[in-house]
Amino acid sequence: MFGRLSWAAVPFDVPVVMIAAGSVGFIIFCVLALVTVKGWWPYLWREWITSVDHKRLGVMYIGLALLMLVRGFSDAMLMRSQLALAAGHAQGYLPPEHYDQIFSAHGTIMIFFVAMPFVIGLMNFVLPLQLGVRDVAFPVLNSIGFWLTAAGVLLVNVSLVVGEFSRTGWLAYPPLSEVAYSPGVGVDYYLWSLQISGLGTLLSGINLTTTILKLRAPGVGYRQMPIFCWTALASNLLIVAAFPILTATFAMLLLDRYCGFHFFTNELGGNPMMYVNLIWSWGHPEVYILILPAFGVFSEVVATFSGKPLFGRRSMVMATMVICVLSFLVWLHHFFTMGAGADVNAFFGVMTMLIAVPTGVKVFNWLFTLYGGRIRFTTPVYWALGFMVTFVIGGMTGVLMAIPPADFVLHNSLFLIAHFHNVIIGGVVFGVMAGITYWFPKAFGFTLNERLGKAVFWCWFFGFYLAFMPLYVLGLMGATRRMQHYSNLHWQPLMLVALAGALLILLGIALTGVQLAVSIRQRERNRDLSGDPWNGRTLEWSTPSPPPVWNFSQLPQVDRADAFWAMKQQRGTAQGPNLKRTYQTIHVPRNNPTGFFLAFCAVLLGFSLIWHIWWSAGLGLVGAIVVCLRQAWRTDGEIEIPAEKVAAFERLHGLKEAAV
Amino acid sequence: MHAASPDCVSAEATRSPRASAMWLRAISVTCAAMLMASCHEGVLDPHGPVGKAERIILYDSTAIMLAVVIPVILLTLLFAWWFRAKNKQARYRPDWEYSGRIEMIIWSIPALIVLFLGGIAWTGSHDLDPPRPLESTTAPLDIEVISLDWRWLFIYPHEGIASLNRLVVPAGVPLRFRLTSTTVMNSFFVPQLGSQIYAMPNMVTRLNLLADEPGTFEGLSAMFSGDGFSDMRFDVVSTDKEAFKDWVNTTKTQGGVLDANSFEELSKPAKVDGAHTYAEVSEGLFERISSRSSAAVSPQRGQ
Repeated sequence: MFGRLSWAAVPFDVPVVMIAAGSVGFIIFCVLALVTVKGWWPYLWREWITSVDHKRLGVMYIGLALLMLVRGFSDAMLMRSQLALAAGHAQGYLPPEHYDQIFSAHGTIMIFFVAMPFVIGLMNFVLPLQLGVRDVAFPVLNSIGFWLTAAGVLLVNVSLVVGEFSRTGWLAYPPLSEVAYSPGVGVDYYLWSLQISGLGTLLSGINLTTTILKLRAPGVGYRQMPIFCWTALASNLLIVAAFPILTATFAMLLLDRYCGFHFFTNELGGNPMMYVNLIWSWGHPEVYILILPAFGVFSEVVATFSGKPLFGRRSMVMATMVICVLSFLVWLHHFFTMGAGADVNAFFGVMTMLIAVPTGVKVFNWLFTLYGGRIRFTTPVYWALGFMVTFVIGGMTGVLMAIPPADFVLHNSLFLIAHFHNVIIGGVVFGVMAGITYWFPKAFGFTLNERLGKAVFWCWFFGFYLAFMPLYVLGLMGATRRMQHYSNLHWQPLMLVALAGALLILLGIALTGVQLAVSIRQRERNRDLSGDPWNGRTLEWSTPSPPPVWNFSQLPQVDRADAFWAMKQQRGTAQGPNLKRTYQTIHVPRNNPTGFFLAFCAVLLGFSLIWHIWWSAGLGLVGAIVVCLRQAWRTDGEIEIPAEKVAAFERLHGLKEAAV
Repeated sequence: MHAASPDCVSAEATRSPRASAMWLRAISVTCAAMLMASCHEGVLDPHGPVGKAERIILYDSTAIMLAVVIPVILLTLLFAWWFRAKNKQARYRPDWEYSGRIEMIIWSIPALIVLFLGGIAWTGSHDLDPPRPLESTTAPLDIEVISLDWRWLFIYPHEGIASLNRLVVPAGVPLRFRLTSTTVMNSFFVPQLGSQIYAMPNMVTRLNLLADEPGTFEGLSAMFSGDGFSDMRFDVVSTDKEAFKDWVNTTKTQGGVLDANSFEELSKPAKVDGAHTYAEVSEGLFERISSRSSAAVSPQRGQ
């Protein structure tokens, strides 16, 4: 009846898990109770759950990512504290079978459920506003993408309480991840949650690529498009090209595990090396999927707060697209030590270094954007400068490891761990934090508290250096990744420093919560009535904060890059604002629960497959098909917003703006 | 050992107007101190030609890149500080967005560096390719390495002996390794000797190393392989040639025979539990293991 599922799957005997699960369960219960008592369900259903508004979806993506950051970071704290203790003969407090799940979950969650939703959320929110349009190309698809990601998140977190998570590292290399060596449900949780959320990511990528290519305000050609849109285009092209590889690779591993196939097994001609090649031909583009939009954020932030256009815009675009192409030609540098031969290794080493050229150009472009600027030191600028200083170090260690003989001694060491945290924290996280601070007033109509924002920055900045510089050194001393304990007592002091760094970052994350709370309380003081709190340059600042559902009451006319800046210059010199505006009826997409229902079916399907409960898997599958068919036969996709309502909104905004 | 210094410096640095400069100094001092600490073990303290060549590559490439990275960091801080909005002396150029000359320079600098490093990568990949025999007047010693769950087995095919979790080698003699695995992937790595290489089931990888002088070095698996992974460490004992001969002769007189049956026993998952030697190894054991699938999992398969 219930396949492999029984009460034995719940780890009642592991107090850490039970306490964590209990408190999370309690918090969820309290939130649900509060929502029910206050009668907020209709509001949530109408305004958020069934919303297909790209702004709402962007906010929900980022909310999801913040939540998962807390989960992923608690895994990090467990690992750092274990390694601070488990020196010499000590074994620490986490046995291998538990520790192995923690590092696997940490990597999986941080990449798939923190970094990805952060980046996709930002793109979702910003792109249509920067392009000067009213929505994305496929609003319902957008909602489905988000809800499938949320379904994956749910499955990963269920594994904490029901069963176990994968113990094979974040990429689940076979043969370790095959049934012969990982017979439990852990790898199945990993595979199904990533298959489901991966599908969501692919849909989101298709949607955003189409949006950038096909939907732009009149006059916005590729030469006028803001730089963040360019980096988002590159990133989404990579999603569309790379995620199918991931899905196919996982599908083959699933066939191995469920149907006795032999793609990657040790027997009957299976070849684990093929998996390693395939997973990295997704995995390397993946890091550029994450970092390119962050580069876009820094470009916007540096230009805006320097009060001048981005230096070398064409160079920047070219560098972005070169990275986009090259990122598919370097995957083998993740396994120089597999014995591919000198020519192959050398080729991929040189290709990898080539990526450093456009990346280096970008750094210089930001540098010369600062030059001659009138720089306002807001929180986003702190993040941007912290990034420029930190990222070049991470880039340097990356190029170092691109040299095959250097990689022969650094591969899989803590040096590698330090390197990729250097670029992921110093690049992606800093970029996302800059982006959130920068666009927060656009989303909510008030700015975030600057003092606390800067405190958060310093915690992350110093915390990063404290936590990961020792790891570079430990790697050189011969410490390898994924070890649960070590015998060399010399390593312990450095491990303690790393723990201190992690604690500092923890403080930063806690301060983000405080910053949000304080900013919400002070929102009246920090209202953004003009819609343009930073003296911005691109179109998103030309519409009120928060923008109406329809984004722009009149579609902007654009003839150059930094369009809003140019409009402001003209407004200042020529005539005053055009008061005789006429408005037309606007069509916006109607709310749609398809995404939510699909996610429900996907969770049922995934959970049933993980536990081999075939009847309910069938139920989930049929449910998903029915939901899709219902969506396909739907006819009333849009609602009309009458011109009077638009005009009334604009009159009100004009009054507010005049009051500033 | 340097736990306290970055902490207190950072707290001061946030308040001081020259925060960034001080912070930078603190970083470099701490880094230098930590690097010095790491010079006494691991890959920065090699005891063989492979490791030494790789250390030179590490140092050279880092130095080449630092020549650009440090100025970039300093310029970032300098530009940001000088062009702060409050500085009335700084010239504001609100429309300056292009300079052909600067563009050419900023594409050239990373391109030149990469040209240089690309050369290092290309020659280094060939000179230090793991299967490439080391230049030496001494005949190499063949060693077959089998990674088990979760121990290391070293077979000396010409001597006809084997050693579990302890690799004894003669100093100054090139070591010619052939590696495979019984079950999952591992990576054979002796940081102080140099290059690592994967040990994979049904496949044979090759690696050449040499220990310059007698000593004991730590070896490990650098590729996660399951619950017993952290204990997959072994000592590499480098002795002079005479002592090595003695060790071979003593080994031949004690310990059991390693044949299909005792190997079957060995391939059951177990954690490291001391070292052990075998006086005799049945011929072709390594070939049989590396060219068939895992015995423990599917004994029916054979080629």
